[in-house]
Amino acid sequence: MSIEILMPALSPTMEEGTLAKWMVKEGDEVRSGDVIAEIETDKATMELEAIDEGRIGKLVVAEGTENVPVNDLIAVLLLDGEDATAIENIPSSTTAEKPDAPSTERAAEAAGSEAVPAPVTAVVVSDPEIPDGTEMQSTTVREALRDAMAEEMRADENVFVMGEEVAEYQGAYKVTQGLLEEFGPRRVVDTPITEHGFAGLASGAAMAGLRPIVEFMTFNFAMQAIDHIINSAAKTRYMSGGQMTCPIVFRGPNGPAARVGAQHSQDYSAWYAHVPGLKVVAPYSASDAKGLLKAAIRDPNPVVFLENEILYGRSFDVPETDEWVVPIGKAKVLREGSDVTIVSFSMGLTYALEAADKLAEEGIKAEVIDLRSLRPLDTDTIIASVQKTNRLVLVEETWPICGIGSEIAAQVQEKAFDYLDAPILRISGKDVPMPYAANLEKLALPSASEVVAAVNSVMYR
Amino acid sequence: MATKKAAPKKTAAKKSVNRKTAPRKQPEVPAFTSDEDLESYKMMLTIRRFEEKAGQMYGMGLIGGFCHLYIGQEAVVVGVQMASVEGDQMITGYRDHGHMLAMGLDPKGVMAELTGREGGLSRGKGGSMHMFSAEKHFYGGHGIVGAQVSLGTGLAFANRYQDNGNVSFVYFGDGAANQGQVYESFNMAELWELPVVYVIENNQYAMGTAISRASAQTDLSKRGVSFNIPGEQVDGMDVRAVKDAAARAAEFCRSGNGPFILETNTYRYRGHSMSDPAKYRAREEVNRMREEHDPIEQVKARLLKSKKIDEAGLKEIDAEVRTMVTEAANFAQESPEPDPSELWTDIIEEVQA
Repeated sequence: MSIEILMPALSPTMEEGTLAKWMVKEGDEVRSGDVIAEIETDKATMELEAIDEGRIGKLVVAEGTENVPVNDLIAVLLLDGEDATAIENIPSSTTAEKPDAPSTERAAEAAGSEAVPAPVTAVVVSDPEIPDGTEMQSTTVREALRDAMAEEMRADENVFVMGEEVAEYQGAYKVTQGLLEEFGPRRVVDTPITEHGFAGLASGAAMAGLRPIVEFMTFNFAMQAIDHIINSAAKTRYMSGGQMTCPIVFRGPNGPAARVGAQHSQDYSAWYAHVPGLKVVAPYSASDAKGLLKAAIRDPNPVVFLENEILYGRSFDVPETDEWVVPIGKAKVLREGSDVTIVSFSMGLTYALEAADKLAEEGIKAEVIDLRSLRPLDTDTIIASVQKTNRLVLVEETWPICGIGSEIAAQVQEKAFDYLDAPILRISGKDVPMPYAANLEKLALPSASEVVAAVNSVMYR
Repeated sequence: MATKKAAPKKTAAKKSVNRKTAPRKQPEVPAFTSDEDLESYKMMLTIRRFEEKAGQMYGMGLIGGFCHLYIGQEAVVVGVQMASVEGDQMITGYRDHGHMLAMGLDPKGVMAELTGREGGLSRGKGGSMHMFSAEKHFYGGHGIVGAQVSLGTGLAFANRYQDNGNVSFVYFGDGAANQGQVYESFNMAELWELPVVYVIENNQYAMGTAISRASAQTDLSKRGVSFNIPGEQVDGMDVRAVKDAAARAAEFCRSGNGPFILETNTYRYRGHSMSDPAKYRAREEVNRMREEHDPIEQVKARLLKSKKIDEAGLKEIDAEVRTMVTEAANFAQESPEPDPSELWTDIIEEVQA
């Protein structure tokens, strides 16, 4: 059986090329690896190597021929013991059969909503019932986060925490206070200042079966590690066809702190919420911080857990139970109202809630929704509220362009356009790097009065 | 056109860096038994024929995107794999087909992933650069140069955490050796005494850049010096030398001494990827490596000399290997494209609240 040598595709985009030169003639013996021809592509001149050993039986395409389509027969190789009669019937040019349907067509087909609908998001139940008799304990967000980690570390030997200053220093923001004492240095691991490295190391450990909690001193420094968060943690499950998972939590303070300037004051919510394969959580209250962190640690997927430095010291009631787990992907109505819906998350809620108070004094009943999770985004809860109030204001500390507010506005106009009585307005961080000067910093951040003004605007007051 | 000659150095093993009980370098390359010769011959030949077929199928448009062939470097992964034990993990970059075959994965699954079909290891969703096998402890297949070094160090972290006696073999090239995260990983691996063998496959070119044009220190076995990680250079074209050095390195790590760097000097015959004409090096350089150092020819000569097997016997093996590769190629073409519904699976594991 002779071997057909076909015109090769020598780049991802090549469809045809010039057979510039034959380096062999009919009758020549060739070995695997011998250069038999030079082929010009649109980018370079490439050498074509023989793959099999044998004798050149026929050169089907003459050298100098241009526009030879990929997969056209260009020569025939005779194997050991074959003679030329074996190839007498080979026509001077044939086109090899093309592989099945090009994948682009399939992709286009797949994009059609009818052909392949996106799966319906699993229904997530709301907060668990708090059993009768459960005591509520006033707890800071900082303590709630620590308690969540400690409880999960007690429950699962594979859970460990690593990061800069998490152990002996007790946490740069004291979130890991006391963990070293209880769990020891094997499970509370101080790292060198090496975000890229330890984010990758922890992702690898997660793939191997551990349940790492990675603390970034702040998410500003996670930009050094974002390659592993996205390329290693978020995509592994998909790229491996479901064989390999990366159950890991990346947590730490996110967003503007106070007077720390541009490089330490950025909100990354929208960056991570953009990425399929991640879950993204940004709690406001201590009970949500605890319940969601416990859910994140137990989750089989990589979770980006965005905290806020200014909220660490605020106290909220937290149910006193080890089983306080708040499902990821469910928003919460913090305050009911019928006139306007204000949606926010994390630190943004301080502006939203203050605005709602002020509006109440003027007789306006604002409904305030805490998103809590940014991916998956609970649009159902938002839309249900908009159907009631017909007006929507979005509040966040994120930059406005492609922010969380932009996404919600887009989804609400797609899914609830007919319910809107006014344009959706966004209040966000200003579109500037964070300035240091106190007055400028204040201007760069959202404020309750901006929220009030936006509500007045959508109510045409 | 810089064609600076950078042929692999011969075995000239550098003395290990001070400290601890660094493995002693053997004066001679220990001989293989005939069985070991035969085992390595079959596996290296399987990888070579598989890669040649992959190159051919790329040329036919059956394989898309990027395709990085391992031809010429076969002795590295085969030698290291012969030194590993059950449960040891492996992780590498995007030139990963040979690694999976050496770990015993079915060529059909690998080839069908290259063609992007349902029968592929990742059901067609990973491609040439992104394949994994939880069962065989193969952790990929990574397309970001150097990322596998941090991840692989994390595999070793898990080994130490679970005290399971396993070693993680982390492969990367002379190009990746210049990435910052490699040194972040070295630091943590030594600091925490993690059982990881860093196998540097120095094939002399990072894409088109000769090592001497990219690296201030071209002796990559010394790259761990400032972290106190011992290293050794080995002739990566001689499967016996690789196996011997890898076995000593693995033993060093398994005994709780921390990481080890094994620089294997090797050579890739083909371009960086299928679309690389490899004009940055002289044809003679490639030919010299093939003629004088080919890893498969070396074993073949030994096998014939030892009379363990004759020409006819070798032809039989060749035929077996070719059949296996042909079957893989056929499977990879016959296996259907993934069902369109696969677009939406394996993104997130749903959690019951």
